[in-house]
Amino acid sequence: MEPRNPWQALTRSRFPLGPWPWRAAGYLATGGLVGALACLVLLVLGVFSLLLVGLPLLLLSGLALGSVERLRLRLVDLDPAPDPHRVPTAPGLTAWLRLRVGEQATWRELGHGLLLATVLWPLDLIALAVGVGLPLALLGTPLQLAADGHEAKAVKAYLVTSYPEAFAAALLGALLLVALAYPLAAVAGARAALARALLAPRDTDAGDARIGEVIASRARLVDAFEAERRRIERDLHDGAQQRLVALTMTLGLARLDAPPGPLAEQLAKAHAEAGQVLTELRELIHGIHPQVLADYGLGAALADAADRSAVPVDTDVDLPRLPASVESAGYFVACEALANIGKHSGAAQARITARYADGVLRLDVEDDGRGAADPARGTGLTGLADRIAVLDGTLTIMSPPGGPTVLRVEIPCRTLRESSASSSPRTASSSVRD
Amino acid sequence: MPNPPRKLRVVLAEDSVLLREGLIGLLTRFGHEVVAAAGDADGLREAVAAHDPDIVVTDVRMPPGFQDEGLRAAVALRAERPALPVLVLSQYVQRSYAADLLDSGDGTGVGYLLKDRVGQVEEFVEALTQVAGGGTVVDPEVVRQLLRRHRDPLEALTPREREVLGLVAEGHSNGEIARRLVVTEAAVGKHIGNILAKLDLPQAEDTHRRVLAVLTYLRA
Repeated sequence: MEPRNPWQALTRSRFPLGPWPWRAAGYLATGGLVGALACLVLLVLGVFSLLLVGLPLLLLSGLALGSVERLRLRLVDLDPAPDPHRVPTAPGLTAWLRLRVGEQATWRELGHGLLLATVLWPLDLIALAVGVGLPLALLGTPLQLAADGHEAKAVKAYLVTSYPEAFAAALLGALLLVALAYPLAAVAGARAALARALLAPRDTDAGDARIGEVIASRARLVDAFEAERRRIERDLHDGAQQRLVALTMTLGLARLDAPPGPLAEQLAKAHAEAGQVLTELRELIHGIHPQVLADYGLGAALADAADRSAVPVDTDVDLPRLPASVESAGYFVACEALANIGKHSGAAQARITARYADGVLRLDVEDDGRGAADPARGTGLTGLADRIAVLDGTLTIMSPPGGPTVLRVEIPCRTLRESSASSSPRTASSSVRD
Repeated sequence: MPNPPRKLRVVLAEDSVLLREGLIGLLTRFGHEVVAAAGDADGLREAVAAHDPDIVVTDVRMPPGFQDEGLRAAVALRAERPALPVLVLSQYVQRSYAADLLDSGDGTGVGYLLKDRVGQVEEFVEALTQVAGGGTVVDPEVVRQLLRRHRDPLEALTPREREVLGLVAEGHSNGEIARRLVVTEAAVGKHIGNILAKLDLPQAEDTHRRVLAVLTYLRA
């Protein structure tokens, strides 16, 4: 098997003849160069940091240096070192920045950047000077002597005046070049291992990132679904509904002016039908996304759902405003539960209890019906359970034969007041409307 | 009718041009005058400040956010001028909106109607006149929905009394209620007396107690 890094290469018999000494030297040389540049940049940023603007730039420089270093790592490490960062779930600079600040990898990169700029690059250059510079200087002694004609100073220290001496120095240089290739490769290997440890994704990063990616994409789907609901609701509301109202108004006025007779009767019929369509459209729009949910929140929307229920419903609801996705999921679960109670349970009374405590929304829908409800039979509740699962919540149904049935929703979330510092759902929903 | 027909000066707020023009035509047809028509909540406030109208007719959902700006503006206007009659037109049957409105000002001279209702042109203009005269009008649909629920303060009422209270909430006079229920006006008066007693409303001027009864009914 071919060696994949300098340490593995060191044990091979033909190591000095292979590419690895050159790779190691190249790695150290570029390390010195990049590190010196980073040192300069950091000094400048350090001055700017006094004016605060430098701090985010410092973070960015860590990120940039991290990707340069991962690229450079390929010189001495054939195993890939992929980007440890996650892909932002939302567009925009703010979302990207928030994600990066929250990632461990970002801070490891910054740490590595600071280490490189302060300690590592001088060490790189010293190793290079000893491992390559010294043997090359000795090798160059005969040339130096030829150029000068009389004398040459090997390694700026030892005076050489004759060719035999000069060639002896050159021979020593050649031997040293081979011998020092070993420690040089060892140093490069150590540097690469350090860089990999700090800059490559860790197992936990990778696992978290993958699961996080799946959760995020599911959440995005639910958000898109929610946005589409709102768009349809708005289109119906601003379009068809307004026109129908205008139409019934015109028909109403026409009825006033029409002389009694067949025409007036036809108008009355058309008027009544237009009114009927309006009522149906109103119910349809409400079912898609009730406006009260956006304006007054889950508490008021639950009270309205209770008003609409065929079975009498007691409500005991005391809730702050919660994120739109949570309010929407809770509302639709309650509606589905009330519809099921009306259709299947034979209950005479239902009860909705909802509270927010310790960072969890808890919503119970109970009825005094015959029980033995089976969520597997209805597709409505399983679909809603999936929607709640996306929000890290749970949907539990307790329904012994003979009742009572309790459907419980628990969703961990923050209130809008708590989370308004970091994000604004109101803004999010209005951008959906644009 | 307690309110003799008079020419009302109306400020109208409605963002749909189609409906705005329709409503202006409708109100003009019945002899009222739309002194200003606004397309958003800010425009509404400016128009009210500039024209001092007899009544404000406003939509709930308006620019810029297309949420409940119209309703908020109406509630704010009534906080400044509690006696300003306001008729809110809504596309939803929702008691939260009606309750917000009824809580504003002194609870009189307010109306919450479904937009569908403007199609019933005569009923609509009648409601407008009642609100302008200090009456309280809540859409029959909202009232009907609330009737379906069991609510504690109303538990004591008989079905007939509930029916009467529902009609009071819709803004009808005793005479009209008597006509609808096919009973004498004296019987209606007696029912209302019982309702006020059962809801434990303080002795005060009669119309005000009627409004309080409606408020109890809606908030229960």
